[in-house]
Parts: sequence; structure tokens; C-alpha cells
Amino acid sequence: MNQHSLLFQSMVYLAAAIVFVPLAKKMGLGAVLGYLIAGVIIGPSVMGFIGKEGEDIMHFAEFGVVMMLFLIGMELEPTLLWRLRTSILGLGGLQVLGSAAAIAGLAYWLGQPFNASLALGMILSLSSTAIVLQTLNEKGWMQTAAGQSAFSVLLFQDIAVIPMLAIFPLLANGAASTADLHEPSLRDNLPAWGQTLVVLGAVAAIVVAGRYLVNPLMRIIARTRVRELFTATALLMVVAIAVLMNLVGLSSALGAFLGGVVLANSEYRHELESDIEPFKGLLLGLFFIAVGASIDFSLIKEEPLLIFGLVLGLMVIKGVVLTILGKIFKLSTDQNLLFAFALADIGEFAFVLLAFSNQVRLIDGRLSAMLTAIVAISMALTPLIMLLYEKVIQPRFTRQIPHGDERSSDEIHEKNPVIIAGFGRFGSMTGRFLRANGIKCTILDMDSDRVDALHNLGIKVYYGDASRYDLLVAAGAADAKLLIVATDQSEQTRQIVELAQKYFPHLQLLVRAQQVEDTFELMDQGVLHIYRETVDTSLRMGADALRMLGVRAYHSERAARTFFRQDERTLKGLSAMRDDKKQYLVSMRERIEEMEKLIASDRIKTWLDEGQGWDASSIRDEVRGEAES
Amino acid sequence: MARVLINFAHPALEKSRVHQQLLAAIKGVKGITFNDLYEWYPDLDIDVAREQQLLERHDIILLQHPFYWYSAPAIIKQWMDLVLEHGWAYGHTGKALQGKYLSNIISAGSAESGYHPEGKHQYPVREFLLPFSQTAALCNMQYLAPYVIYGVHRMDIEDVRGAAQHYRNLLEQLRDDKITPEALTRLTYMNEALQLPSQTR
Repeated sequence: MNQHSLLFQSMVYLAAAIVFVPLAKKMGLGAVLGYLIAGVIIGPSVMGFIGKEGEDIMHFAEFGVVMMLFLIGMELEPTLLWRLRTSILGLGGLQVLGSAAAIAGLAYWLGQPFNASLALGMILSLSSTAIVLQTLNEKGWMQTAAGQSAFSVLLFQDIAVIPMLAIFPLLANGAASTADLHEPSLRDNLPAWGQTLVVLGAVAAIVVAGRYLVNPLMRIIARTRVRELFTATALLMVVAIAVLMNLVGLSSALGAFLGGVVLANSEYRHELESDIEPFKGLLLGLFFIAVGASIDFSLIKEEPLLIFGLVLGLMVIKGVVLTILGKIFKLSTDQNLLFAFALADIGEFAFVLLAFSNQVRLIDGRLSAMLTAIVAISMALTPLIMLLYEKVIQPRFTRQIPHGDERSSDEIHEKNPVIIAGFGRFGSMTGRFLRANGIKCTILDMDSDRVDALHNLGIKVYYGDASRYDLLVAAGAADAKLLIVATDQSEQTRQIVELAQKYFPHLQLLVRAQQVEDTFELMDQGVLHIYRETVDTSLRMGADALRMLGVRAYHSERAARTFFRQDERTLKGLSAMRDDKKQYLVSMRERIEEMEKLIASDRIKTWLDEGQGWDASSIRDEVRGEAES
Repeated sequence: MARVLINFAHPALEKSRVHQQLLAAIKGVKGITFNDLYEWYPDLDIDVAREQQLLERHDIILLQHPFYWYSAPAIIKQWMDLVLEHGWAYGHTGKALQGKYLSNIISAGSAESGYHPEGKHQYPVREFLLPFSQTAALCNMQYLAPYVIYGVHRMDIEDVRGAAQHYRNLLEQLRDDKITPEALTRLTYMNEALQLPSQTR
């Protein structure tokens, strides 16, 4: 068997992920550490399933980071980004400057040349966007003050990579020309103003395309009703952005982030999110596996003290800088510690920058290899450090949480208490009513034309199939209170209910039912709030008919309500009978029988005949009886 | 001519012989506005603006209802709670009802003798109606002597028709100022104004 065939490779990676991630999760270590361990195990140092090609895979898997930034961008509306500007520029800028200066000083003191020290400072000041965000998300710390601050810093770092790539060749004193250092880009043969123009043009292209091209395109795709085309479009979008960015020599991660921000307001946002999410997850997993596999254990064995000493030293330096900044930016102690612990590692961009500085002969090969190991170890340590924080440090502060730092939870994106699946003639009425009463709803609908029309009216509607788990997640099912299921396909309704009951048991379900059989199905599924779609209107019509025939309005109204209650009771009774008989397939004849039973139970006992409140006839009889006796 | 408004409330008119006859008797009487609250608002969702306009356009407001539990059916309370708004009906700027008159037209099951210290109900009807007379006072209205049809449990259909006819006469005289509100403020029960026996048996 060819060990290096693509299929075999895929099998190894996937199997490793499936074995180690659940194990790591089970031990409370988190998915990221699981992937890293998987990488170490299948890597050259332990089992040797993968060897040198690990590095190529890492480059490929870096695309996962691009996708992650695309998704992060989509979660961020431009206004929010603007609100975060102080923490991005202030906190992020100071972190990079402070850490870079401190580490450069250390390197210079350890005998590195001045320029190389500067480069090392910059490389090692960066933290791992992939690991940190993944871990913060996993632990649900994204919305905390520390999570927000960490996010801002990471964002700044991702942007800072670009000027760093530009500065390194200068630091190398022209030892090599910039042209042959990175992939050839459009920019290379242009004068400075031309380069600026090309870059601005590319950014403008992304913004314009995101604003005016994506929605019409998605609409066309939606009309084809071919699901996989959505996935293809979403992937194409990210890939195209990456290609464009490479072409003009910018970071594809940054481009993807920008593209995401532009699409944050699109009604197809949730659909795009749920399409890209699995790819992002797999590629990031692959990336972490590759990091694990790339750790050179022989180098570590040679100089264990030096390497672990450096890892510790670097992380302590970064941690101290972060703690000081956290204090300046008024984070409370526990949040500040989380902030420092999260960002003390060295990030994946270091691999890119190390390879680059090696090329421009800024840093020699051996140091570069050693640093690669150091970076990998520090990345591997991050989930462990976070675990340490979660298990040891956070509990000491839990008592202070009430006046702690839980900033309002809509910092990143608004979370609506109500999700409405299906915004047709039924759901739209419910939605409009809730909206009129100031309730914010996230709306999911499958009809792209309707989504457009509503979007033009300024209503937040998202295109998508609510019977998909990932779309419900993207719509915020984890945080919502109510799920209103108003789709007009009973099969879809059934699926949504099943999904919600399984994965979001906290959600209260309000479900529209069309036929009597649907009602029974929903009852069998254990749905408590079932709304048969035409019952209320039919009865209102009936009540009006009574009125037109001269029956008092109040009596008509009460009669309709009495009938409604009686009907519901009868249905429940019939449902129980069905269960007994295990009749799940209802034939046409049986349906008619059911209707007959319903009608037979309709002998309405009116409250006027029955009740002895309000002009009781019995008291009249009683009084007269007294008079006679 | 006094402009008379009857705010009628009976949740089960179908069962009430007395009020059916009363309504039949006053049907078509000119110059009297009949406002059937349960028919207008079967869900108790009162149109406040409409009700206030009606009040503004009339001088004498009569609440016609059965004397349920020494008071009125629920919709009357709902009507008072919603329509008699602060700033409109009462309070410093609430002068919309100034100079108007309020009273009750009541059917009671027991005989008048029941509404005495020795009787089953211990207090006279007029005392049970204190919330209405005080509401009138707070809303700058004068409370008129109420009209009470006693002993309806024992009435036969002829009695009921007689009572209905008296009621019609009373309304017509009120409308034509033959019975003035001023005169009624001096009485305890409107029945006295007609010099009719308030009790048929």
C-alpha cells in the first residue's frame, strides 16, 4: 500500500482526530490540545505516519486560519469594529510594541545581532489567533472582558503581520532582494504610488463585491435549490479573496476578515457561516495536527533546558507585558490573568515569519529550527495554561463574579431571544406582532425572494434551512429563549422540532401544525405548544356568523372559546387512543373516522344552559319554592 | 330636552326576562341613546375614545344592569376603570363630565323588604351603590336617585311588562324634562318620582 497516497493520508489525519479529540475533550483538555496530541502521535517523533510533508500540510491548513478570520469578520458589524477601535489600536498596538521591545532586548542581551533581535522581537510578540480564539470560544469566554480584549489584540496582530513582512527585508540589509522572497505579486514591478493604488483597489474590490455582488449572486444560487452550490459559493468567496490578496501581496487572512466584515449585514450571513464552519473546523484541526507533527523532538532532546527555559522565559515576558497593559486598560484581576494567560503563547504567524526571515538570511537555520520548536511547544502549552486558569485560578475569583466583568453579552453580535423559522403567511404575522411589541427576532426563511423583499423593508431575515443544526447554531439557538416553528412543510417542522429537542433542550417550542395528523405527530414528539393553523380564524368566522344570525356577541365569543377548548381536549384524547393502537400511518378512511369522532363530540353544552352564575334559573325556582311552601 | 345615555350591561341577556322586556319597551324611544356594552365589547376591550365621546354628547348617564353581588356585571367596572380617565374625568384638568348626571337602573332578585336592617341583605340598595355615587362626585357629576326594580325572581311576565312600561315612562319624562335631575337629587330612589309602587308585590 502506498503510504503517501492522499486517501491514506486523509485516513491517518481523520482517524487521529477522531481518536484523540474526543479523548482530550473527555479529559477536559479541549479540542485544540487533542489535535496537537494527535499531531505529535502520528508525527515523525512517535509513530512516523507523517514526516516531512507535515510542513506542506501546515501551509495548506493555514487556510483554516483564513476561514476563521472570514467567520470572525462576519460576526463583526462595522459599527462594532469602530466601537472596539480603542482596544484594537491601543491595547493591540501597545502589546505588540511592548512585547517586541522586551523580547528584542532579551535577544540582543543573549548575543543576537541588533537587526535579528528586532525581527525576533516582532516574530515572538505575536500570539496564536487560531488556538486562543478556538479555546476562548470553546470555554465560552469570548464575551467576557478578557475575551474581548484578547480578540482586539489578536486582530491588531493579524494586521501587524503585513508591515512586518515589509520591514524584514530592510532589516536584512538587502542581503536578498524582496522580489524573490515571496510569491510574485502584481505589486512588485510598480512604483510606490502604484503599489498603494493596487492595494487600495483590491480592498475596494472586496468591499464593492461584498456590498453589491454577493446578494444578487446568492439569490440566483438560492433559486436553483441545489444545496451544495451554496457551499461552493461560500468556499469560492473565501478562496477568491485569498487569491486576490496574494496577487497584490497582502495577507489573505486580513482580506478574508475584511470580506467577512462587509458581509456581516447580508441576509445570507447565517447561511454562509454554516457552510464554511465545517471546513474551517477541519482545516484548523489539520493545522493543529501539523503543528503537533512539526515539533522536532530530537532538537528538544539535545537542548531541553535551553528550549524549555526559552519557552518559559518568553511566555513570562509576554505575560508580564500583558498584565501591565490589562491593568492600564482597567481589567479586573481575574479577567486580567485570563487575558495574560491566553495571549502569552507565540502564534502560528511566527512559522510564516520565521521561514521568511530565514529566506532573507536575517536569522540562521539552526536558531530558526529551535524557535519553531519553541513556538510549537508554547502553542501546545496554551490549552494547558487555559486549563490551569479554568481549574485553579478562576475558582478563586468565582465569588466576585456578580460585580465582575461580564460585559453586556451583545458586544460581539446581538442575540435575539426569539428565533422564527419560516416567515410565510403564518410566521410573518407572529413575527410582525412580536416586532410591534419590541421583541427582537432572528428570522430564518427558505424563500430567497421573500428574504430579499423583507430585507428591503429593513427586517432582519436570513436565508436558510432551519432543520440544519449548524444554521440553528448560527442563528443563536444556544442563547435564544423561544423557537417559533412556522414552516409550511410538515416534514421540515418535524425535523426542526427533533433537532431542537435534541440539541437545545432549553428552547421553548411554539409549533405551527397544519393538518390534524401533524398535530398528532407533534403531540407524539412531546411538543406542548401546538398551534393548528386555521383553528382561530375558522372559529372567529363561526362566531361572527352566530352574531349575524342574531346571537349576542358575548355569547358568540364565549361559545367559540368553549368549542376551542373542547376540541383541544378531544384531540388530546384521540391522540392518546392513537398511541394505544400504535397507529402511526393514518389512512384516508381513518382520517374520516377521526373527523367523525371530532364532530360527534361537538354537542356543545353552552354555558348559558349549564352555568348558574349570571341570572341563575335555580335561584328563581328556589325563591318561588319558598313562597309556595 | 335632556340628552339621555343608557350604558347597558348584561352578560347573559338571553336568560334575563326582565331586561329583555325593558329593552323591548324602550326600543325606538327618540332622543335616548342605547349603548349595549357587552355587544360592543364581547372581549371586554373597551374603545375608550368612543365611550368618552358618547359621554360628552349626553347630559344624563344611566347604567342599566342586573344587581349582581350588590354591584354591576364585570364590564361596568372595566368601563369605569378605562373610560373615566384621570385628566379627563377627574383631577385638576379633568372637567369633561362637569355638570352631568349619573345614575343606576337596577334589577334586583329580592323584594325591597330584603334590603333593610332586618332583611336578608341588611342594607338598602342605595348604600350598596356608594361606589357609583362617589365616583360621580369625584368626576364632578351629580348622582341621581337610582331606579330599582325589586323582586324580579318572583315576577310573572305580566309584572315584568308593567315594570317595563313604567321604565319607558320614566325615561320619556326625563328626556322631556318633566322629571328634572334637580328633583331627582332630592329623592332616595327614582321610583318615587313616578309615584309608583316600587314593588309590585
